[in-house]
Amino acid sequence: MFKILEAKELAANIFQMVVEAPRVAGTCLPGQFLIIRVHSDGERIPLTICDYDREKGTVEIVVQAVGAETYKLSKLKAGDSLADVVGPLGNPSDLVHEDIEELKKKHIVFIAGGVGTAPVYPQCKWLKEHGITADCIVGAKNRDLVILEDKLGAVSNLYVTTDDGSYGRSGMVTKCLQDLVDEGHHYDHCVAIGPMIMMKFVCKLTKELNIPTVISMNPIMVDGTGMCGACRLTVGDEVKFACVDGPEFDGHKVDFDQAMNRTRLYKTEEGRLYLEAKEGDTHHGGCGNC
Amino acid sequence: MDVLKKVPVREQDPKVRATNFEEVCLGYNKEEAEAEASRCLNCPNPQCVKGCPVAIQIPQFIEEVKKGNVAEAYQVISRSSALPSVCGRVCPQESQCEGKCIRQYKGDAVSIGKLERYVADTARAMGIMPEGAKEKKNHKVAVIGSGPSGLTCAGDLAKMGYDVTIFEALHEAGGVLVYGIPEFRLPKEDVVQKEIDNVKALGVKIETDVVIGKSVTIDSLMKNEGFDAVFIGSGAGLPRFMRIPGEQSLGVFSANEFLTRSNLMKAFSPNSTTPIMHPKKCVVVGGGNVAMDSARTALRLGAEVHVVYRRSEEELPARKEEVGHAKEEGIIFDLLTNPVEVLADENGWVSGIRCIRMELGEPDESGRRSPVEIKGSEFEIDCDAVIMALGTSPNPLISSTTEGLDVNKRKCIVAEETNGQTSKRGVFAGGDAVTGAATVILAMGAGKAAAKGIDEYLMSL
Ligand SMILES: Cc1cc2nc3c(=O)[nH]c(=O)nc-3n(C[C@H](O)[C@H](O)[C@H](O)COP(=O)(O)OP(=O)(O)OC[C@H]3O[C@@H](n4cnc5c(N)ncnc54)[C@H](O)[C@@H]3O)c2cc1C
Ligand SMILES: Cc1cc2nc3c(=O)[nH]c(=O)nc-3n(C[C@H](O)[C@H](O)[C@H](O)COP(=O)(O)OP(=O)(O)OC[C@H]3O[C@@H](n4cnc5c(N)ncnc54)[C@H](O)[C@@H]3O)c2cc1C
Ligand code: SF4
Ligand code: SF4
Ligand code: FES
Repeated sequence: MFKILEAKELAANIFQMVVEAPRVAGTCLPGQFLIIRVHSDGERIPLTICDYDREKGTVEIVVQAVGAETYKLSKLKAGDSLADVVGPLGNPSDLVHEDIEELKKKHIVFIAGGVGTAPVYPQCKWLKEHGITADCIVGAKNRDLVILEDKLGAVSNLYVTTDDGSYGRSGMVTKCLQDLVDEGHHYDHCVAIGPMIMMKFVCKLTKELNIPTVISMNPIMVDGTGMCGACRLTVGDEVKFACVDGPEFDGHKVDFDQAMNRTRLYKTEEGRLYLEAKEGDTHHGGCGNC
Repeated sequence: MDVLKKVPVREQDPKVRATNFEEVCLGYNKEEAEAEASRCLNCPNPQCVKGCPVAIQIPQFIEEVKKGNVAEAYQVISRSSALPSVCGRVCPQESQCEGKCIRQYKGDAVSIGKLERYVADTARAMGIMPEGAKEKKNHKVAVIGSGPSGLTCAGDLAKMGYDVTIFEALHEAGGVLVYGIPEFRLPKEDVVQKEIDNVKALGVKIETDVVIGKSVTIDSLMKNEGFDAVFIGSGAGLPRFMRIPGEQSLGVFSANEFLTRSNLMKAFSPNSTTPIMHPKKCVVVGGGNVAMDSARTALRLGAEVHVVYRRSEEELPARKEEVGHAKEEGIIFDLLTNPVEVLADENGWVSGIRCIRMELGEPDESGRRSPVEIKGSEFEIDCDAVIMALGTSPNPLISSTTEGLDVNKRKCIVAEETNGQTSKRGVFAGGDAVTGAATVILAMGAGKAAAKGIDEYLMSL
């Protein structure tokens, strides 16, 4: 069992938790993820590692309740335990392997959307610790959904933008990037993390702007160790497994349309379970919601 | 009783079992087992033993069954095998022990596997357990992977008195026995879990949720956690795909994914939160045990199932019993057929599979006649799911993170057959990680050999 030490709601339906997981905390690096199971019959849920404390043996996750299992997770409090935490999985961000002096010469921009804001944090923090301050664009639907503003602000030059203009700049992250470039910012490297649809449009724009772009894929996974092939996606003309070959890939080569389509695989089945978890055993179909 | 015929084993009716996940074969009871045992000729030079990869003293244990001494029979088997209730169920007996039994030259071979299963199941019900170590030895050994090779190696080392910890990447121990082979062939709680409990009862610790190479490396286990030797039994878990057009469509699964969802995550049960697709018409590509298991799982989830295999029935690598069971349950075999493209509808869902007919040509390196395409014979099978059961290869996670560990060009870890020694001092390996996908009994045998190798190594320090 893995104990939850802290749990709080950051914004509507978005929760932050600190969990005791010494083996994961001992070796993880920015860009990697872990898999949890909330209870002993639970599904395996992949989540990015948002922060870690090697001494205390803890990791931090930020999770959005989107389905049955993340909903159950969101109901847990400090003192509760998770049945399983395994990781770190996937490869660390390429940035941590690059030559620091070379990196320092680069202008890096991070683009985060929704709960993708959380995984951007450890990368910005890592860069900051190595003397590099990157620009960071964070997009949210509205003011209430902006998360981790203070933490991120402390480790990057932060630009917040909201779709409805209720806070910060106005418009989607792509507009913000275009605006920044128009305002004279120059970027050699972009890292975009967020919903696939956002990453797709960011990549479309950065291709036009000629900015190499790395994205972090979040396909459906089961084991996270390369065993099941559920997470496969097409990058260039190769088939890759996101859990062992990624999760980061060259965004200009990823087939986003195919990847987005593949996340629909269990839509109806999971919609039913979600309603069941939320409403108790009252849901028997026919409402058109699932 | 006709001594030339084996005592038939009771099975669930095919029509009934096609709709449930309970075990197909019900096994022998005492009378049946003793009757079958009496067919054994107790050969002075028993050929059957030569066919068993771990050389179980078959006539001896069968003699004890004849006399009704299950406990003694169990002790005979235990000397050679750590997982008899598993092997009795899943060994390809027709090409191993039973394939050598002299009874088959006139009539049926003795049902050695079914007798072994009877002994193991009965001993378990009687509460008989393998014996633990009398003295402790002052060395720690790490075992990576909790499949048959790891469990056997760990159990043997614990019996010798070593302090053993198994590290398992998944949340449950058992390897392929829990995530691959379905419940209806190998019950999880009643059989696999009990075998694991036996290993634990010997003092072996099992730490799940640890991916060696990611959570911690072998070098770190040896340097920082005080392990004096390591056994790698990490299996061959990486699935192969065909690389044909349409393979990324919705509804195309690797057998590993389909079986893992169903077995490990229990997606077939209404209590599970892990979803699985319930196909209406499903095509399974391949002809091995993995293909049979996928096909019969899909059938139980309600599908009409076609197995597409490029050679003929004779070459099907699956256990004969499974092929027979699959046919009885209504699986349709499209033999000498090979897929060339997965077809999808406008939403990206599988709508069918285009295949080409094959004929058998000249024998290839494996001695099997290789299939050759018949030009212009393409045809389509409509379906809503395709399961690729084309075989697996070892995961490079460990070899790529362990310095000085040699692998061959098939990514298999190089290890001595006799003692499991790898190119790295103190590190041993066995099972599918070394041989590529093989069998439970071979993995077990390799685990045993490595336990001996590790003991010799540690005693020489
Ligand atoms: C490498 C990786 C890192 C991730 N990091 C985070 C994170 O830091 N924070 C976070 O909140 N989520 C993250 N996710 C997504 C998270 O794993 C899913 O939201 C979660 O598994 C949904 O589980 P559920 O049972 O609640 O919902 P389900 O009932 O499984 O699904 C609900 C809906 O979400 C869709 N869905 C299922 N799995 C995914 C997925 N992997 N990605 C996108 N949509 C999915 C389903 O199609 C369905 O429509 C990550 C995913 C991956 C693969
Ligand atoms: C569907 C299916 C049906 C089969 N049917 C039969 C049959 O009927 N008869 C038969 O004899 N054989 C059968 N086999 C083959 C047989 O199951 C295998 O040969 C056998 O299980 C191999 O044992 P192993 O111990 O080498 O590896 P596995 O059983 O594969 O176990 C390896 C374990 O190591 C773990 N692991 C892997 N990497 C790591 C890591 N980095 N860190 C920690 N843990 C790790 C895995 O999670 C797994 O639990 C079948 C296989 C499959 C897939
Ligand atoms: S272990 Fe397998 S091969 Fe050996 S006797 Fe038992 S069933 Fe036969
Ligand atoms: S070969 Fe057959 S008959 Fe002879 S000892 Fe073995 S099982 Fe008995
Ligand atoms: S999640 Fe199973 S292979 Fe990637």
